[in-house]
Amino acid sequence: MKYQGTKINPSRFDRSQIKFFIILTVLSVFMVLPILYIISTAFKPLDELFAYPPRFFVRRPTLDNFRKLSTVVMESGIPLSRYLLNSIVSSGLAVILSVFISAFAAYILSKKNFKSKRLLFEINTLALMFVPVAVRIPRYLIIEKLGLLDTFLVLVLPLIAMPVGVFLVKQFTDQVPNSLIEAATIDGANDFYILYRIVMPVIKPALVTVAILAFQISWNTAEPSSLYINDDSMRTFAFYLTAITTATGNTVEGRGIAAAASLILFIPNLLIFILMQSKVINTMAYSGIK
Amino acid sequence: MELAFKKKEVSLEFEKLSTQKRYDRIAIYTMLVPYSTLFIMFIAVPVLIAIILSFTYFNTVQRPKFVGLENYIAILTQDEVFLKHVLPNTIKFSLIVGPCGYILQFLLAWILAQIPKWPRTFFALIFYSPSLTSGVAMSVIWRVIFAGDQFGYLNNLLLSLNIIEKPIQWLQNPDYLMNIMVIVALWGSMGIGFLAMLGGILNIDPELYEAAYIDGIKNRFQEIIYVTVPSMRPQMLFGAVMAIVNAFSSATIGVDLTGSNPTPQYAGQLMVNHIEDYGFLRYDMGYAAALSVLLLLLIYGFSKLANKMFASND
Repeated sequence: MKYQGTKINPSRFDRSQIKFFIILTVLSVFMVLPILYIISTAFKPLDELFAYPPRFFVRRPTLDNFRKLSTVVMESGIPLSRYLLNSIVSSGLAVILSVFISAFAAYILSKKNFKSKRLLFEINTLALMFVPVAVRIPRYLIIEKLGLLDTFLVLVLPLIAMPVGVFLVKQFTDQVPNSLIEAATIDGANDFYILYRIVMPVIKPALVTVAILAFQISWNTAEPSSLYINDDSMRTFAFYLTAITTATGNTVEGRGIAAAASLILFIPNLLIFILMQSKVINTMAYSGIK
Repeated sequence: MELAFKKKEVSLEFEKLSTQKRYDRIAIYTMLVPYSTLFIMFIAVPVLIAIILSFTYFNTVQRPKFVGLENYIAILTQDEVFLKHVLPNTIKFSLIVGPCGYILQFLLAWILAQIPKWPRTFFALIFYSPSLTSGVAMSVIWRVIFAGDQFGYLNNLLLSLNIIEKPIQWLQNPDYLMNIMVIVALWGSMGIGFLAMLGGILNIDPELYEAAYIDGIKNRFQEIIYVTVPSMRPQMLFGAVMAIVNAFSSATIGVDLTGSNPTPQYAGQLMVNHIEDYGFLRYDMGYAAALSVLLLLLIYGFSKLANKMFASND
């Protein structure tokens, strides 16, 4: 019997893939239309926002909506760059810290044996299932008690304890063969070395996914800024845009501003994803996991 | 003589083991402490407080007053909105969005694994991008598409094709709202679970497929059943739990779409909206906390089920 070969992760196009391309194209139209709408609306001049019949695509693109957005920001007395800087620094910290902290915790929970291991993982999974709305007030009380109100740390710390991240990274770490780690231990490597040199390269897709997620959460969320910070100069970009769009979003003109704001929020997410996706999506079949 | 030598070797071995154990302990503490500290501070303790609050009456101004199971009893016996609308809505929404989203995630990830690298990257980007948009963006887009006047894109399209005669109030009409919510939720569901599954599928050793073909499997369907799914149990479990959690805790969809909480005639009212309604509009945190505990139990029950299906036998 001849081996027919698997088509998983093929290296080139083949006629048998046509059916997949058709399905993907149809679905991707549905997925991408709303995104195109944001992009297109962000560049619409006022009369096109009002136009009847409504047009999906912009005809005479203008930067008016962005200009209006920046005037509204200026009125607060704090330059846009300040909000951006806060967002960039806090998101950057959140990404780096969450990746390492999740990897540490997942490695221990996956590869070490100790008494309360299962219990700890169970608690972590359980925490995943508790809706954030309900902990809003208790969390505020704790942050207040810790003296973290109105500090920069509060933009980062609450976000980097990611039960989702630990859960995901542990699931991948479970697939790393124990024999690989035992061999390294016999060779005298310590746990940090093993994690950094052996485990982390193998579970890169999971780590990158955590990084993307951490960035997304930190970049998009306005909650820490609005709940725990009173000093305007310490708030993030997302907070400002959310404030503006909720204030203006219901008018037709506001729709353009809101689209411009959403686009500005969306683009860094997209860029980070494009930069990092190759590590997730492209093969790592020869990474030594087997 | 020989025996003594052996004894020495054994005791050396033993010493080595205990140093190993000591190293293990140090690693366990140093590597687990950063996460567990943050976890305890920002997640475990707040959740614990919320659970305690669920047994109290707490209006956020006065001190909480202990009321025992009163909140739970009220939810299950007196809260008509909850029993008539919120619970059925939540279960209906979750039972559709959860499994459908999950199957869609797996199928799309699997299809993407069948095509070459560059188009795969391109399509993955498109599928993932909806979950990159924030809540603001969602209300901007979908509210305009489903707007109730002739300016709404859907109405305009249907009017110009002569399918309908006058604009339909998509979002205000209880008959449509739930279906629209399901569509929007599925649109945004290719998130982290989808990425994890894609990573999982691509991570499977090609030799496994080869071996399976030699053992007599014949087509792609058998490939999925006998090789793909069993080889990526951890990612399948992760995807399942995420799908369940997302489906049950989807909060913003109905309220974002209609712009009001409660949603028109409670047609799109989900558990989380009900929690927000009580906690932050009526300031009854105790009641809201009890609702969240019930939601937690609901999600927990379903993910136990998923665990049974995908648990690795270690």
